[in-house]
Amino acid sequence: MTSAGAPVLSLHGVTIRFGGLVAVSELSMTVPEGGIVGLIGPNGAGKTTAFNIITGFYKPTSGYVEFRSPEGTRRITGLPPHKVCEAGLARTFQNIRLFQNETSIENVMVGAYVRQRGRWWQRMIPLLFPGAAREEEEIRSNALALLCRLGLERYAHSKAASLPYGAQRRLEIARALATRPSFLLLDEPAAGMNPQESAELLGFIRRLRDDFNLTILLIEHDMKVVMGVCEHIWVLDQGALIANGAPDEIRADHRVIEAYLGKDAADA
Amino acid sequence: MKCAAQSSDKFRNGCLTLLSAAAFAALIWWAASSLDGYKLRIINLIAINAILGLSLNLIYGMTGMFSLGHAGFMAIGAYVSALLILSPEQKTTMWILKPITPLLLNIHAPFVVSLIAAGLAAAIFGCLIALPVLRLGGDYLGIATLGFSEIIRILITNLTPITNGSLGLKGIPAHTNIWMSYGCLAVVLVCVVRIMNSNFGNVLRAVRDDEIAARTMGIDTFRARVLAFTIGCFGGGLGGALMGNLITTIDPKMFMITQTYNLLMIVVVGGLGSITGSIVGAVVVTTMLEWLRIVENPVSIGGFEIPGIPGMRMVIFSLLLIVVIIFRREGIMGMREFSWSWFFRTGSRGTEGGGQG
Ligand SMILES: Nc1ncnc2c1ncn2[C@@H]1O[C@H](COP(=O)(O)OP(=O)(O)OP(=O)(O)O)[C@@H](O)[C@H]1O
Ligand SMILES: [Mg+2]
Repeated sequence: MTSAGAPVLSLHGVTIRFGGLVAVSELSMTVPEGGIVGLIGPNGAGKTTAFNIITGFYKPTSGYVEFRSPEGTRRITGLPPHKVCEAGLARTFQNIRLFQNETSIENVMVGAYVRQRGRWWQRMIPLLFPGAAREEEEIRSNALALLCRLGLERYAHSKAASLPYGAQRRLEIARALATRPSFLLLDEPAAGMNPQESAELLGFIRRLRDDFNLTILLIEHDMKVVMGVCEHIWVLDQGALIANGAPDEIRADHRVIEAYLGKDAADA
Repeated sequence: MKCAAQSSDKFRNGCLTLLSAAAFAALIWWAASSLDGYKLRIINLIAINAILGLSLNLIYGMTGMFSLGHAGFMAIGAYVSALLILSPEQKTTMWILKPITPLLLNIHAPFVVSLIAAGLAAAIFGCLIALPVLRLGGDYLGIATLGFSEIIRILITNLTPITNGSLGLKGIPAHTNIWMSYGCLAVVLVCVVRIMNSNFGNVLRAVRDDEIAARTMGIDTFRARVLAFTIGCFGGGLGGALMGNLITTIDPKMFMITQTYNLLMIVVVGGLGSITGSIVGAVVVTTMLEWLRIVENPVSIGGFEIPGIPGMRMVIFSLLLIVVIIFRREGIMGMREFSWSWFFRTGSRGTEGGGQG
């Protein structure tokens, strides 16, 4: 492992069943502070399901997830999604989920709401609550700055639905960053990108980590991206962990090749 | 440079808003002094329907919760206000079937206080239904509020010591004049514009557009929904109270589902999620409903007497609604808002809400 940080996120024997299907089975893994870690596996391996468990959308049948923040280590299993976000985890979605009818800047401002102190009724009487008004101006200008950082300034006042695909992916990241996370989960950030765009994504993800002091866990099918940016990789197959290690170890791992390409390819 | 341009735009828009508000006040002053009672009543109704439309739009169009209970909240508001305004003498003579509860007999409050009490009472009821129902997710709200609205109506019909039952309340002082109704509309409009232009407004629209994404972004969507619903119910209660004081007579039959239906029409025709739309919708729907009364009266064409068909205007109206839904589903305004920059080709896209009632 290249990054020596202590684990910030750890899964302990997480299992989830949907009826008869075990989507994730006895998954234990850790992510070190400041690391860029990959979670890979064939289609239907349970990667997105693992994200949904971490972010509070699914409650695991057994096992739990722990998250370390400046306030201390706590179990985040059982917290509702908005509390998980408040604790410092933000995510993007495999199928982009923007607020379609809102402009880019409004999308980002919604992300900042979780840290907003002013109350809604204070905004009805701004003369009595200049502090709340000032805070919101700050949120607006921070949102604009964030859009500039991600190269989205010219879309600031366009509806999210009207943005080109790549810009929508970046807007989703901008919105996640607006929640001021310490941990970012990216679900297939390179999906739908052309080779040049995904090459740029490598540097972009590293810069994100450095500029925003993040720990990043990402799901990705594009092996160039995964091998290029991840410092450590966990491999899932049919819900179970089959390997983990540095990119070079994973590339050479017998079981991983087998899971992806079938037994024959692995033996050849 | 960009910033300077924006702030000068803001100044210009502020001036224009003030100017048009003043012009509108002059118009009201003229209307109050020179129009007849029937016309004034319709003009009052437009303002009240705009308040009701805005409050329903906050719930349905802006936060995405389909609610069929507005008539119920109006009823609560109308009765609370009337019970606070009527004098003890009026109350003793009006309750003939059963005497009024002594507690209510002597309670009395000025009109404006009764309006606020009406809004608060409706908001409390709204919050009490929203808490359990919205826990189940937004899908059940429509049916639950429809049921609630009917329950309220039946309670009012049967709680004779409090509500005078099906006889209703008569002789409510006609406190709702054109200044009152448009004053209330102005306050409601400013509040709704401020809410929807604030980040909380962004949050409500976010909850409507994608609840899962909103929760992921740290938003307690349950709380946001309950809040929006409660605020909307306040508007419903306020509108009901104003209506009671305009018509001066209220009874349970006034608050049937058709009342909710008219409001839905205002919101849908105007444009779901558009503040401007609800105002435009209130003007269009209120005048049309009045105008269509003609079709319910008997008419004679070339010696033939065609009898009036009661309910005919609702038939025509429902057809119109269906046409709107088929050909222009987003309503007159869509989700757009009025902005002064419509008149200036500066290319800036202000989000300033309009200033007219
Ligand atoms: N809510 C659910 N109910 C039932 N089954 C589910 C649910 N969510 C996921 N699954 C199942 O769990 C398995 C894992 O799905 P998941 O979406 O986690 O895969 P994935 O690794 O993200 O795949 P992909 O690479 O295609 O995105 C699949 O078989 C899926 O059908
Ligand atoms: Mg997936």
